[in-house]
Amino acid sequence: MAAVLESLLREEVSVAAVVRWIARSTQGSKDNPGEAAALSSLRPLRKEFVPFLLNFLREQSSRVLPQGPPTPAKASGASAALPGRPGGPPRGSRGARSQLFPPTEALSTAAESPVARRGGRRRVPGPARERGGRSLEEGVSVESLPGAGSRRLRGSGSPSRPSLTLSDPPNLSNLEEFPPVGSVPPGPTGTKPSRRINPTPVSEERSLSKPKTCFTSPPISCVPSSQPSALDTRPWGLGLPPGCRSLQEEREMLRKERSKQLQQSPTPTCPTPELGSPLLNWTGGLTDELADPARVSSRQRLELVALVYSSCIAENLVPNLFLELFFVFQLLTARRMVTAKDNDFELSPGALDSLESPLFQSIHDCVFFAVQVLECHFQVLSNLDKGTLKLLAENERLLCFSPALQGRLRAAYEGSVAKVSLVMPPSAQAVSFQPETDNRANFSSDRAFHTFKKQRDVFYEVLREWEDHHEEAGWDFEKGLGSRIRAMMGQLSAACSHSHFVRLFQKQLLQMCQSPGGAGGTVLGEAPDVLSMLGADKLGRLWRLQERLVTPQSSGGPCPPPTFPGCQGFFRDFILSASSFQFNQHLMDSLSLKIRELNGLTLPQHEPSDEDGESDVDWQGERRQFAVVLLSLRLLAKFLGFVAFLPYRGPEPPPTGELQDSILALRSQVPPVLDVRTLLQRGLQARRAVLTVPWLVEFLSFADHVVPLLDYYQGIFTLLLRLHRSLVLSQENERKMCFLNKLLLLAVLGWLFQIPTVPEDLFFLEEGPSDAFEMDIVAPEHGLDSMPVVDQQLLYTCCPYIGELRKLLALWVSGSSGRSGGFVRKITPTTTTTSSLGAQPPQTSQGLQAQLAQAFFHNQPPSLRRTVEFVAERIGSNCVKHIKATLVADLVRQVESLLQEQLVTQGEEGGDPAQLLEILYSRLCPHGAQALALGREFCQRKSPGAVRALLPEETPAAVLSSAENIAVGLATEKACAWLSANITALIRREVKAAVSRTLRAQGPEPAARGERRGCSRACEHHAPLPSHLISEIKDVLSLAVGPRDSDEGVSPEHLEQLVCQLGQTLQCRQFLCPPAEQHLAKCSVELASFLVADQIPILGPPAQHRLERGQARRLLHMLLSLWKEHFQGPVPLQLLLSPRNVGLLADTRPREWDLLLFLLRELVEKGLMGRMEIEACLGSLHQAQWPRDFAEELATLSNLLLAEPHLPEPQLRACELVQSNRGTVLAQS
Amino acid sequence: MILTKAQYDEIAQCLVSVPPTRQSLRKLKQRFPSQSQATLLSIFSQEYQKHIKRTHAKHHTSEAIESYYQRYLNGVAKNGAAPVLLDLANEVDYAPSLMARLILERFLQEHEETPPSKSVINSMLRDPSQIPDGVLANQVYQCIVNDCCYGPLVDCIKHAIGHEHEVMLRDMLLEKNLSFLDEDQLRAKGYDKTPDFILQVPVAVEGHIIHWIESKASFGDECSHHAYLHDQFWSYWNRDGSQSCSGWSGIPGLGDSSASASQSARIKGVGKHFLPGIFVKYVCR
Repeated sequence: MAAVLESLLREEVSVAAVVRWIARSTQGSKDNPGEAAALSSLRPLRKEFVPFLLNFLREQSSRVLPQGPPTPAKASGASAALPGRPGGPPRGSRGARSQLFPPTEALSTAAESPVARRGGRRRVPGPARERGGRSLEEGVSVESLPGAGSRRLRGSGSPSRPSLTLSDPPNLSNLEEFPPVGSVPPGPTGTKPSRRINPTPVSEERSLSKPKTCFTSPPISCVPSSQPSALDTRPWGLGLPPGCRSLQEEREMLRKERSKQLQQSPTPTCPTPELGSPLLNWTGGLTDELADPARVSSRQRLELVALVYSSCIAENLVPNLFLELFFVFQLLTARRMVTAKDNDFELSPGALDSLESPLFQSIHDCVFFAVQVLECHFQVLSNLDKGTLKLLAENERLLCFSPALQGRLRAAYEGSVAKVSLVMPPSAQAVSFQPETDNRANFSSDRAFHTFKKQRDVFYEVLREWEDHHEEAGWDFEKGLGSRIRAMMGQLSAACSHSHFVRLFQKQLLQMCQSPGGAGGTVLGEAPDVLSMLGADKLGRLWRLQERLVTPQSSGGPCPPPTFPGCQGFFRDFILSASSFQFNQHLMDSLSLKIRELNGLTLPQHEPSDEDGESDVDWQGERRQFAVVLLSLRLLAKFLGFVAFLPYRGPEPPPTGELQDSILALRSQVPPVLDVRTLLQRGLQARRAVLTVPWLVEFLSFADHVVPLLDYYQGIFTLLLRLHRSLVLSQENERKMCFLNKLLLLAVLGWLFQIPTVPEDLFFLEEGPSDAFEMDIVAPEHGLDSMPVVDQQLLYTCCPYIGELRKLLALWVSGSSGRSGGFVRKITPTTTTTSSLGAQPPQTSQGLQAQLAQAFFHNQPPSLRRTVEFVAERIGSNCVKHIKATLVADLVRQVESLLQEQLVTQGEEGGDPAQLLEILYSRLCPHGAQALALGREFCQRKSPGAVRALLPEETPAAVLSSAENIAVGLATEKACAWLSANITALIRREVKAAVSRTLRAQGPEPAARGERRGCSRACEHHAPLPSHLISEIKDVLSLAVGPRDSDEGVSPEHLEQLVCQLGQTLQCRQFLCPPAEQHLAKCSVELASFLVADQIPILGPPAQHRLERGQARRLLHMLLSLWKEHFQGPVPLQLLLSPRNVGLLADTRPREWDLLLFLLRELVEKGLMGRMEIEACLGSLHQAQWPRDFAEELATLSNLLLAEPHLPEPQLRACELVQSNRGTVLAQS
Repeated sequence: MILTKAQYDEIAQCLVSVPPTRQSLRKLKQRFPSQSQATLLSIFSQEYQKHIKRTHAKHHTSEAIESYYQRYLNGVAKNGAAPVLLDLANEVDYAPSLMARLILERFLQEHEETPPSKSVINSMLRDPSQIPDGVLANQVYQCIVNDCCYGPLVDCIKHAIGHEHEVMLRDMLLEKNLSFLDEDQLRAKGYDKTPDFILQVPVAVEGHIIHWIESKASFGDECSHHAYLHDQFWSYWNRDGSQSCSGWSGIPGLGDSSASASQSARIKGVGKHFLPGIFVKYVCR
């Protein structure tokens, strides 16, 4: 493996070739035989390249980042793993995890490092340490191995040692209890934050969860520090046995650890860089090194590796996209560098190109590398939430290393609407009585009915007690509630009672744990807007504050184990405490049923249409509905997985050898609780992966170790792996999956691949048959996958661990800003008593109101609620339409008149349209504010009537008025949410359309248009159709041009009729469109030219094939008056004097100029053409080549015409006679 | 006035390799005295376009262009006043207007430094006076006025017919008191592709439910019908209607400016997937 990397670095092979080589099994690169040869010899190692690369990078970074962020789990053999340096310390332990990157390579022990790092999922504690807390490790490290760069090594074994001694064996492997928090430096952690915030054991629910076999990501290192509360517990929790989590104990531990450190390194700050640097960092980044692009060593090498690495990420060759991003972010925000000593240490000059020298020799290298990689993944970054984008865009290192990337990020941030709020929905109140199922008729006997009622009461009692106490330290679910629960379950004798109870249980589960639109009004993605709009500013702030305090507990690093956060913990514990086989079975049945039902739901319910505006409102609803369904499915699937695999899970390590075989044989007989494989296949075929895969992942995350080995589930994993490989983000394809949909799938799949029970070799052993995968998807036209159903809110809700990226960046800000606190500074310790923030945010009037509304509906028939919601939905939507039709339309009208003024004042040039638009926007957009008031008024006015009409006549007045009020409120909320978000954009769009319309209508001749449109009122529109006239005139023209048969021609009457008809058509404008009029004008001019040249063949006695002079004049007169009076558009009269038309005269013998002269005079007289214009036309005629005599005659003509004095009319008439005589003479000469 | 499929086919039969000139049309008229000139011209135009679509490519090879150009040059060198270009087009069985464009392009390539833009060519074809060479200008003009199937004049006529019939249709709808949305209103509502009119309340015509009406200034022959369906109507269908209507509106002529939306020749295969709207197809007049 190293050989590949080395040859890459030596530029023997190209990056593209390597990536091709990894991604596709067989052929080497075609273009370069040398490359191919170099690579093909390494073919057997192909699969190991990516794991090697990932390990290598971690390895390398660990040298540079003393606090070892990403690789905390990384253990011994850091330096030993380097090529040519065989024989790191032998790892005794090879947990299942360690196979993830099969350590077959002889060369590098590095293969094992991933194991440790990647999930830190080493199971068996070995001499070489397994997990996390690097700095911690360093802090306590005593051993020091010979050899350079062995800082890592030194640290490796020690940290967990103490914990080992303290904990029982099972806990050791339990990452839950041993979160691999590495890097939080001990010293400051202990002292500083604890002053501010009570170190509450926030992630309590996890501690109770059953064996969450240790796993998870390494890199939590820095994370916790951003969360003061988490901060204290994590590192110390590392060594804690499960029971001793109370605060006191933790503090005790803290003290012990600290004293131990002091003993071990008496001079913490200086002598050993490992210890000192983190300390300094923590205290506000005193020694934060400024990363300097100019000081990057071996730029080219870094670029190459970054490119390979990026390509692997882009091709989905790495198991977890976000884990890699996390790693890159860690590099970006690395605080401290190695000391010079470390640098020197391996820098032998000749070795620069190979892997001999460390890849990252300084912080500059790290940052440079990180920025290089990030540049390749801008698209992913730009789809992160707004907060992360902001932090990224403001990251000074990024600015310094790549201003271009920073610019793009800033633009993305400014354009982003992806505000994400990770507040857990407040736990909902009790479940309503369900009249349809909970009534007596559904029970076999009175007794069963009453028992059920009693159980219901017990259940809620238990629930309430849990709500009150579960956050108290020292309270234990089993101790407090276990016996009561079991007693209750014991009463559920009849099978049907079980099913009733399970239904209640499941409803309550859904209601409490998944209600994004629930009681508090936390509508996905919208909450802040709605709230601020409604003036609930304080509530919003409270929530944001709460979010900061509460969210950290929901995740632990970029790859947390499956957990049951919040209320889910209650249900999990309930199941465990009840330990009732019947209950579990009924629960599984019920969950499976519900999952099937939700998974098969038709989504979206409406075709998304292109019709904008109101459909935006509907589409928003679709997206919300998708989110609700998806989250419900995930919740149900999680519990189904939990219950289904419960009997097979235990703290003991997975069986091996024969034992495993027999277990496999046995388990393969057991039918799956839910036929997930078929559901997955169908989901893929129907292009609904975005719905099916996320819940399937939840389900599988609870699988035990044997599951992935079963044929049935192996098939599933193969499908998932292929899907993962096929989701290449850069391939944008109309009919394929939306970007965010892909991102969601990549995130959940990546997370799944990191779960300890998933065999690690699974990912890398799979060949990349992504093409084949494409084939077997018979894609329907509109799969869910190709619809934008996922937004950032949903992405982050499903994968809260993506938020770790943001925390990492925030931590950097807080450190580098120099202020103590930074990111967390706004949280005032005095308000953070644990109980007050936990449960009840909505104690404001808004929240209370919402709760009251909920309570109201509980007591009413469900139809009332449906009615109210329906009315609100429709009125809200109508309101938006109404605003568009009134307010916006008015504004558009204003724009049009403003624009007219503008055009009049500015005259011809009109000004720059873009600038014009901006002026108009700035004038009009403020009016958008009225929309909210109007919208409110509209909903107020319309909703009550509708509710009244739809509810039964007999509805009590009080109920009616409450329903009306709620409908008004909901409708207003819906309408205003849309309006406040979109009104400005809407106005801009409409104004833009109006402006371009106006400008277009303005056309080239602004003044001529508009005034004379339409025919007279008496007109009956019987005039000949323009198309008919054009066609007729065209026929005459074609006759005139020829070729024609001898018997072809037109009668003078026909000609006259034609011109008359033209007049009629021009007067009745019913059917006339501007292009037709233009062509008529042109044709009439051409016709006149042929008349002047006497070229129109006339039917009649053979002698007389030509039009009489008088007739010609009459026709010309008619045409002149049409041009003058009836054409509304421009008439191209200058065509009369075009060389081609004048040239017609040249062919006639004898030439007759009088008609032309006559025509030109009339044009001048009628003001149709100016003398100057005619002069210019005649002038340009001279440039053409004519027969000599013709040119002379032409010159005479123009002299004649131009010599005429401009005389008043009477004289002109006299003159005309003379002139025409002269013309004839001239013609005859 | 409605034409059956058989009648249409009979007329179309006579139009195989006939140049699109005035004279051809006159002969056609003599052959089918019962049909109006408008009907015949429209069918002629339609059939000729199909013919051109089939043969278009062979006239656009560089060898063909070169040989046409040489023949043109030789021809005008002999006699600039003779209808060189028109005869050439008729001889090689290509539309005169298209031949004019070909030669003009070739001419400009030779005489200008930069290859001529499409808009320049179009503008010269609309107004041949702009063509720098007088002889060529005359030749081009002759081609255009003699071509009854192609060229700017014919395009304008077709456009005008479309517009006229839309106006008529609107009048008829108003007269019948049918509430409708026209194209402008539809566009304002954000529809990207729209038929001429969408009825706000559907009506039944001869037993078929009609949601919208589209008038076309061309003949509804089978081929263009299919093509049109493909381009446009499925997209309306996706937006406007659900149920299908088997209305092949056939080739309703426009007798004396009254639109007839009736059906005639049912063509198998089309009906099955038809749209809940109707085409009103007109004959060029």
